[in-house]
Amino acid sequence: MTTLDSRVPEGPLAEKWSKRLHDMKLVAPNNKRKRKVIVVGTGLAGASAAASLGELGYQVDAFCITDSPRRAHSIAAQGGINAAKNYPNDGDSVWRLFYDTIKGGDFRSREANVHRLAEVSTAIIDQAVAQGVPFAREYGGELANRSFGGAQVSRTFYARGQTGQQLLLGAYQALMRQVDNKTVTMFPRREMLDLVVIDGKARGIITRNLVTGELERHQADAVVLCTGGYGRVYFLSTNAFNSNGTAAWRCYKRGAHFANPCYVQIHPTCIPQSGDYQSKLTLMSESLRNDGRVWVPKEKADVKKPANEIPEERRDYYLERKYPSFGNLVPRDVASRNAKYVCDEGRGVGATGRAVYLDFRDAIKNQGRDTIADKYGNLFHMYEKITGENPYEVPMRIYPAVHYTMGGLWVDYELMSTIPGLFVAGEANFSDHGANRLGASALMQGLADGYFVVPFSVGNYLAQNKVEAISTDHADFKRTEDEVTAHLQKMLDVGAKGNRTVIEIYRDLGEIMYDQVGMSRTPEGLKEAITKIKKLQNDFWTDVKIPGSGDEFNKMLEVAGRLADFLELAELMARDALHRNESCGGHFREDHQTPEGEARRDDENFCYVAAWAFKEAGEPELIKEPLEFENVELSTRSYK
Amino acid sequence: MHDETMNVHLKVWRQAGPESEGRFESYSAEVNPHMSFLEMLDVVNEDLIKKGEMPIEFDSDCREGICGTCGCVVNGQAHGLERGTTVCQLHMRSFRDGETIVIEPWRAEAFPVIRDLVVDRGAFDRIIAAGGYVSVNTGPKPDANAVKIGKDLSDRAFDAAACIGCGACVAACPNASASLFTGAKVTQLALMPQGAPERGRRVRAMVDQMDAEGFGNCSNIGECEAACPKEISLDNIATMKREYLRAMFTDH
Repeated sequence: MTTLDSRVPEGPLAEKWSKRLHDMKLVAPNNKRKRKVIVVGTGLAGASAAASLGELGYQVDAFCITDSPRRAHSIAAQGGINAAKNYPNDGDSVWRLFYDTIKGGDFRSREANVHRLAEVSTAIIDQAVAQGVPFAREYGGELANRSFGGAQVSRTFYARGQTGQQLLLGAYQALMRQVDNKTVTMFPRREMLDLVVIDGKARGIITRNLVTGELERHQADAVVLCTGGYGRVYFLSTNAFNSNGTAAWRCYKRGAHFANPCYVQIHPTCIPQSGDYQSKLTLMSESLRNDGRVWVPKEKADVKKPANEIPEERRDYYLERKYPSFGNLVPRDVASRNAKYVCDEGRGVGATGRAVYLDFRDAIKNQGRDTIADKYGNLFHMYEKITGENPYEVPMRIYPAVHYTMGGLWVDYELMSTIPGLFVAGEANFSDHGANRLGASALMQGLADGYFVVPFSVGNYLAQNKVEAISTDHADFKRTEDEVTAHLQKMLDVGAKGNRTVIEIYRDLGEIMYDQVGMSRTPEGLKEAITKIKKLQNDFWTDVKIPGSGDEFNKMLEVAGRLADFLELAELMARDALHRNESCGGHFREDHQTPEGEARRDDENFCYVAAWAFKEAGEPELIKEPLEFENVELSTRSYK
Repeated sequence: MHDETMNVHLKVWRQAGPESEGRFESYSAEVNPHMSFLEMLDVVNEDLIKKGEMPIEFDSDCREGICGTCGCVVNGQAHGLERGTTVCQLHMRSFRDGETIVIEPWRAEAFPVIRDLVVDRGAFDRIIAAGGYVSVNTGPKPDANAVKIGKDLSDRAFDAAACIGCGACVAACPNASASLFTGAKVTQLALMPQGAPERGRRVRAMVDQMDAEGFGNCSNIGECEAACPKEISLDNIATMKREYLRAMFTDH
């Protein structure tokens, strides 16, 4: 049986990372110049990794699919970034951040990785401030902190509602400084379409120049993948239009294991879909649930009536009814799931019937309109801009949307995948959030990986793996490029004759995923989803319609390629969700709940990472990495 | 679901490549007023694809107004008439039923057209690479609270840092100047104590790069500020000019 070596250092939890740093092999400065590293993606993880590797003296080639590295979707993160600085003196510590993250992940992450994340969190803030990132400050000139996502301490640093933007621009500027220093060569508008593996090691990538359509070969001594999550497998999500899973999926098909693909985070307070033309969903801060009351009509007959004409006794404040102590403030997954249930019952509101009300009538009556405007003015404004409705007058309509994927490529303690020389950082890996991510922890992990883990672990790998420089004329480069060409050509050949547009098939996939592989799952539904996804794969490869050719700027061809990969990833997600006979974090199985409707974990049988290995023929192989908890006790949450 | 619809007529700039001749093409579409402007283009494109025609190429990514990827000139205005709004956050309800909408790419020598509404804004990256950063490497740094920065100052730096690099300022400017973009970064870093040691070198390098890219000069018209989706203030250009003069005379 295949096993996985996580390479976690021996010794006490708090000493593991410093011990590993002491034991790492170094590359001499004059040799660093001769070693080349490819970094794919320029979000928080990619930009920070590429800049830091460039500063160390390596030759770095950095790639992004957008027109500029500054556009990566990290830029859209609103809330903030956690760090165990304990500036407010409210009892925070590295241990407490570690513990909250482990518990938040529902005890499905690796202790040692999470502890390192908490350890380096403080250095991220120091680094960003040194770069000139304009964090929010108090009048006295010190950094401001707030409590976020129900944390009992105020450890979240923020820059208005644009924390991701400011942190990304800090990392982007550091990256551009290295471009100016000629240590980093930037390749924008390039999409990675395959990984080149030579003698079992990651030695390069095949990219498509998105302007000319040309395929290009790039060689290196190591490859760092920082290509984000796969939330767009649901078609509608809060992710950006170009976010995709292709680079990670192609690495999976070259031998990198994919871990916990079924762990997806669904955010309860998004602006619902308004029609079938919808291209994306917009997140609104969860803080709205502090004062808004969630309800739907008691009777189906009322769902099309204007909200304000439905009298109090005909409204069902279902969260307050079912969870009397937490009410509207139940955690993200509970709020999301219950919204789905009432809509499934036919009591959803709005044009599509997939929305619930979030009503501020009582809050405005009790606290006054000005107080509510002070707290939520900008969110109300955003809502009105998108929907054309005034939330001071009529209740908001909200619906859950896919927001983040905790699963990703399997990595060891040093963030190396099962392919030697292929490192994976940020949302693209599975490592730190277990089955559920806490608010303000995505930015922390992206930058922890990029600034403070990858530069060391890549060096350690290079010092121990003296690979010969390779020409891109090498037979394996040619073979890999030929395979990419064949894949594109096959798609274009079908695309020239097919009838269904890429978006039509994509939308169908999204519907299956939301309905059966989303916030509430059943074995029957998952099995049915796998059948439907397979049929959709067949539809795609026999009847998709793609305009234009491969040797030109062709956005729909790009989307088609990403969809082809998502259609395969979707199947693996359903398979993973079906095999995990328990509920944990973002994975809720209706057949594994307590009589009160709470998630029921099965620590006896499922306390492991599910890593899936691609098989050329037949079904993927499941390889388990057991999770051992030596420092924390597994507990269960309750929100009644 | 479509209880409300409206009709719009589009005149869209189509250009196959950087060297090709461009022209306006006309399209008509029945749309929902709740669509965003880009979703309207998505719908038009679906229709074109079904008819076997090439869709209108345009850049977009986050579709919530923060990444700066999208942008086109709508009825003569960069990002359309609505103030403080990117084209992805513009909604069809702000147009009239039956209206003709003219859609063009950013027009500037420094932003060559790649295809249809897609332009190359690499010049912005090169301006940042010339000096738009604080020169610090990754590694141990003083504690983040070691240097206090007043809230007012920090807020002003943030206002400048809110630029999304979309290029609307260049498109709106009759001289195609990149002064608002460059000025915003110069101002943010000149205000913060972290940026002080290299403020002279920075402003000279960035302004020189801006000139080398073929952007025009600023003649204080203010169209950039009016078009900016993040409402970046014209004051940033004044600060940049002041910083540049200061650097000329003080040599640091």
